[in-house]
Amino acid sequence: MSWQWFHRLGSPRWFYQTSTRWLPLLALIAAAILISGLVWGLAIAPADAKQGNSFRIIYIHVPASFLALAGYYIMAIAGAVGLIWKMKLSYMVMKSAAPIGAALTFIALVTGAIWGKPTWGTYWVWDARITSMLILLFLYLGVMALQYAYHSIDAASKAGAILALVGTVNIPIIYKSVDWWYTLHQPATIKFTSAPSMHIDMFLPLLVMIVGFYLFYAVALILHTRSEILRRERKTAWVRELIEPEAR
Amino acid sequence: MPPKKIHRARELPLSQSPLLKVENLAFERDDSAVLENINLSLNRGEVLQIEGANGSGKTTLLRLLTTALQPSTGSILYKGEASSKCRYQYLSDMLYIGHQPAVKLTLTAEENLRWMINSAVKTNSLTIADALDGVGLSGYSDIPCYALSAGQHRRVALARLLISEAALWYLDEPFTAIDKQGVSFLEARLQERLNRGGAVVLTSHQDLTLNNLRKYSLSAPAGQAA
Amino acid sequence: MGHSINSGYSAWLKRDLLLAYRRRGEAASPLIFFVMVSTLIPLGLTPESSQLAEIAAGMIWVMALLATLLSVDGLFANDYQDGSLEQLLITPQLLPMPVLGKITAHWLTTGLPLTLASPLLGVMLSLPTSGYLPMLCSLALGTACLSLTGAVGAALTVSLRKGGLLLSLLVIPLYMPVIIFGTATISYAIDGLNWLPPLAILGALFAASVALCPLAAAGALRITSAN
Repeated sequence: MSWQWFHRLGSPRWFYQTSTRWLPLLALIAAAILISGLVWGLAIAPADAKQGNSFRIIYIHVPASFLALAGYYIMAIAGAVGLIWKMKLSYMVMKSAAPIGAALTFIALVTGAIWGKPTWGTYWVWDARITSMLILLFLYLGVMALQYAYHSIDAASKAGAILALVGTVNIPIIYKSVDWWYTLHQPATIKFTSAPSMHIDMFLPLLVMIVGFYLFYAVALILHTRSEILRRERKTAWVRELIEPEAR
Repeated sequence: MPPKKIHRARELPLSQSPLLKVENLAFERDDSAVLENINLSLNRGEVLQIEGANGSGKTTLLRLLTTALQPSTGSILYKGEASSKCRYQYLSDMLYIGHQPAVKLTLTAEENLRWMINSAVKTNSLTIADALDGVGLSGYSDIPCYALSAGQHRRVALARLLISEAALWYLDEPFTAIDKQGVSFLEARLQERLNRGGAVVLTSHQDLTLNNLRKYSLSAPAGQAA
Repeated sequence: MGHSINSGYSAWLKRDLLLAYRRRGEAASPLIFFVMVSTLIPLGLTPESSQLAEIAAGMIWVMALLATLLSVDGLFANDYQDGSLEQLLITPQLLPMPVLGKITAHWLTTGLPLTLASPLLGVMLSLPTSGYLPMLCSLALGTACLSLTGAVGAALTVSLRKGGLLLSLLVIPLYMPVIIFGTATISYAIDGLNWLPPLAILGALFAASVALCPLAAAGALRITSAN
């Protein structure tokens, strides 16, 4: 019984039709949470004692970082599902997740740099987290580049899936290595504001933003996957029906 | 206590099932079907000639038979067993010569052949020198292959046929780049293998004079998936 | 009856060594690159011995990494072009073993010469004497990791034209832990600390790579060369 559901889940058409119904609502909720989180964090939450108002960028930086890493794992899992169950929809999700994750990683890096300037006087610091985030961006770009390089969609998907999985195995190793390397060469102690020591008034809007970002990621992923479905299934009847209903 | 069973690569028993059987094989690439509904069987002593226009999937079918490609559906049975279950037996009983002769240009003819034989499991005791003699390359064994022509490269590859004892020979356009003498040599080799209980699948446009020849025609799959 | 599983490994190892020997000039280019580019460092920075000494370990490692990166491209490319890869895919032996044989041959013709040439560079870049033995050990283990990981990238890009640049893009993030612990081994020794712990981690990376990379590369070869 459950396998039926699983295989139905793998049908691009089912995904497209179901998401057409639910996406507007999901997008609305995501927008509501994001806007309220932004207003709360950027305007209402109290200013930091040491950093003043510049700390507020964490309301974008931290959720973006979370999603950047989570997005990579989502991409890799989609690739694994595609390899194991040969599910084309899964490969489409994997392909769609890559640019979204890469963009979020880039946002995390840029907001981190913007935060760094007033706080430590420099845009870039080679600390463990930022460096790992940069390497994560390279991993994303690699998966995207590999898929675009292949003419055959099947080969592109499988190669991308293998690379994503290889990257997944490596991410903890890379993070630990960079962390160790950074503490080895310990320059002036620069530590990120670690979340638990944040005042609750600052922490709550951060939670809201994180939830909002996850929802935003879901919306973006669904949208991207939908267009990938349309592109790949363009020769099937149901897609042709969608595009040119008059011609039938 | 019964003695612990020792697992070895086992020789599959001679059975009544055909040497090779292909059931409902299909292969699709990028959402379009390259091959559909392929059903064939091959017994010892038979030769199957796969015909079809360029692009109809002849090479793809051969590569599916060699397990270099995985089919989308269907199965390949070797002596009645699925090829995925008896991979070692199947692959060691198979010889594949593809479009490209797999000749390394910086090695001599002799080294290339030695290398090719090295990887083969079932071989007879013919020496490499004799094998090269057999294909008419007796003076060329020490010459690096970049100095040889395409036809001579193909002859190096075909020399494998003299040494191989594999039951199944899969040959992709084996008559490319060889002259009339080569063609009759090759046909004689094939016939000899068939007479001694082997089977051959080959793609070719050539008209062959072999016993027990069957032709299998590939036509382009009809239309696109709707 | 039949061959044992080892014959896949040593047969392809010997073959690749023979092929590299036949093209000695080409096979030597990573080594030549390694030595020549290292002369760019003093030219670009400073001939000051003390300043060079500070960066020697890292620079030698970066050069070794780049030299390996340049050469790993050719691991499967030649075989792909003349049809030998097709034959590799259908050997009765399990594919990871011949692949490991090829990777070993690659290390023997790239990583090992680099390792052996590194003391020369150490002299040119004023590496402190305590750094030489750690450098040899870390390069020996580290270049092996680089060959193994690079093989996965090579397998993923074998059927692409101009796959070399893409290969670098894919593989450099995976190389980072190796260079971190490789240089740390040397810096620890220069600073008078025990340099065996980072070397041990490098060894762990090597062990993991030997176990996993041949499998990943074999899987990638099956997929990418099939098209």
